[in-house]
Amino acid sequence: MSIIQLNQVSRHFTKGRQKVEVLNDLDLEIEEGDFLALMGPSGSGKTTLLNLIGGLDQPTAGSVEVAGRQLVGLSSRKLAQWRSRNIGFIFQFYNLLPILSARRNVELPLLLTRLGGRQRRRNADVALAIVGLGDRAGHKPGELSGGQQQRVAIARAIVADPRILVCDEPTGDLDRETADEILDLLELLNREHGKTIIMVTHDPKAATHARRTLYLDKGSLVREAA
Amino acid sequence: MNSFSLIWSNLFRRRVRTFLTLFSIIAAFLLFGLLRSVADAFDSGVEVAGVDRLTVSPKYSIIDGLPVSHMSQILATPGVAGVTHSTWFGGTYQSTANFFPKFPVEPRAYFEMFDEYIIDPAQLDEFERIRTAAVAPADLAEEYGWQVGDRIPIEGDIWLREDGSRRWEFELVGTYRIRDDENMFAGFLFNYDYFDEARIPETEGIISNFSVRVSDPDEAAEVSALIDAQFENSINPTRTATEAEANRQFAAQVGDIGLIMNSILSAVFFTILLLTGNTMAQALRERVPELAVLKTLGFTDRRVALLVLLESVLLCGIGGALGIALATLVLGAIAPDLAAFLGQVEMSAMTTFGGLGIAVLLGIVVGLNPALSARRLQVVEALRR
Ligand SMILES: Nc1ncnc2c1ncn2[C@@H]1O[C@H](COP(=O)(O)OP(=O)(O)OP(=O)(O)O)[C@@H](O)[C@H]1O
Ligand SMILES: [Mg+2]
Repeated sequence: MSIIQLNQVSRHFTKGRQKVEVLNDLDLEIEEGDFLALMGPSGSGKTTLLNLIGGLDQPTAGSVEVAGRQLVGLSSRKLAQWRSRNIGFIFQFYNLLPILSARRNVELPLLLTRLGGRQRRRNADVALAIVGLGDRAGHKPGELSGGQQQRVAIARAIVADPRILVCDEPTGDLDRETADEILDLLELLNREHGKTIIMVTHDPKAATHARRTLYLDKGSLVREAA
Repeated sequence: MNSFSLIWSNLFRRRVRTFLTLFSIIAAFLLFGLLRSVADAFDSGVEVAGVDRLTVSPKYSIIDGLPVSHMSQILATPGVAGVTHSTWFGGTYQSTANFFPKFPVEPRAYFEMFDEYIIDPAQLDEFERIRTAAVAPADLAEEYGWQVGDRIPIEGDIWLREDGSRRWEFELVGTYRIRDDENMFAGFLFNYDYFDEARIPETEGIISNFSVRVSDPDEAAEVSALIDAQFENSINPTRTATEAEANRQFAAQVGDIGLIMNSILSAVFFTILLLTGNTMAQALRERVPELAVLKTLGFTDRRVALLVLLESVLLCGIGGALGIALATLVLGAIAPDLAAFLGQVEMSAMTTFGGLGIAVLLGIVVGLNPALSARRLQVVEALRR
């Protein structure tokens, strides 16, 4: 059963008078439990596509069905609630809140749940343990290395137990060795915890961790090119 | 962690900035508490009942003065046991920073009237005998290092001398103490006769006010009405009140207290509004990416807006509460000193809760714009930067 289904999706932007057609009549289907690497030249629309799947943006035309929900036409409020339950986001630059400790950063998404304070804390600690940072819970982002910060971000993405992880160049800012550790972690989340992962990357080696790779070019998806 | 601690951490991300803003808010509300309380005391007035001394002042303006010739009529009024007078001299001793009241008085009558002033009888004799004599409160003499026998020059401003000079010189012949230390208006006193002879003839015979002793404090209100009735239709009508009330009137005539206080407070709050508004706007600008992340995680637009608004309300609320609390403490400490001309000065519930209300309102006004920007913030746009 597909967990993500995009039909005839277009996304156009208007920059002043100029119309930028980023995505055109795009179809995409992803099965639950898949780990998809999304590659393509800069400006090809990878981030735009992730934003549509993650419920951060609305298409100009087409249908976007994710985790059993049609996202097109949902209010911003409904989309926010839906995101908090279904999607974990991981960014290239971690995007942690610098004033909060690792544990509190991880706890953030749980503020939107009904969990009590103690339970939130416990879940945050479990998520930190999964990413191997159980001993750094009290540290602030500024006191952690890039790789460690990305682990905290991953813990934050999985703490509310979403079915889908959306990653935009998660290793783009890391050295080879650290990048491999992060990719191993994502692979673990996919295989052991059943998370469906869509990962944008420029790194062909990173893509080898995924189950399959798609290329995005001139607004359309191409299977196995290059 | 909960939403409150999230707001709290955000508030103190830039400690120096937050504390500076907080201190200015505290200062503003300290000022608010004090000025409002003083203005309230001015408005409330003091009852003329149960006092044994009254002050007779010009009905309309302290600048008018009263003719010393009123004195015999006042003394003849039923219920009046004694009367004397004093005059506001103004003047400067060495520098305008040295402020203390100076009054030409009738030496013996004055000390009889103000029996809480205690002076050595021999010194009082000297005061009466020597034309240019003066006496000072002991603490004042101590403050300026005056010894009995010193000549003390005062530069006149209101009262000019017939000889064209502005310089009045007095010989200190004694000092006096104040029983119970209760009157902040204890002045530098000198001989009225000398003052009256030396000033320019056009101003001769003008005094500022009379002090009247009533035979029966229970009749103070009636006596006060009788005195005023006698001069009602003269060219120098009077207004008779308790000393506290008269002092209050004096201060009120120097300026419209309510207006002055409200002008000061408006200026203060306007400044605080700009300052805090700037702090919040700056805080928001720095935090755009973080707010976008919160929205990504599923925080709704409204929730993010509320976080920003509550941060501002929290900052202003804490500042307001601390400022009001501080004002209550300060007022408690200075109230005894103000009692002489304001009567009871205290922080009313109206001022306390009104102040807190204003603080919250300030927080809302200041936080509203950043909150609305936070609400409008588009995640995709913000993350692209
Ligand atoms: N909000 C927007 N307004 C106008 N143009 C936009 C907007 N968002 C994206 N674009 C344009 O759409 C195109 C695709 O952008 P996108 O960020 O999706 O590319 P990308 O494949 O993620 O590139 P990169 O690898 O550099 O991250 C770009 O030409 C970009 O300028
Ligand atoms: Mg991109």
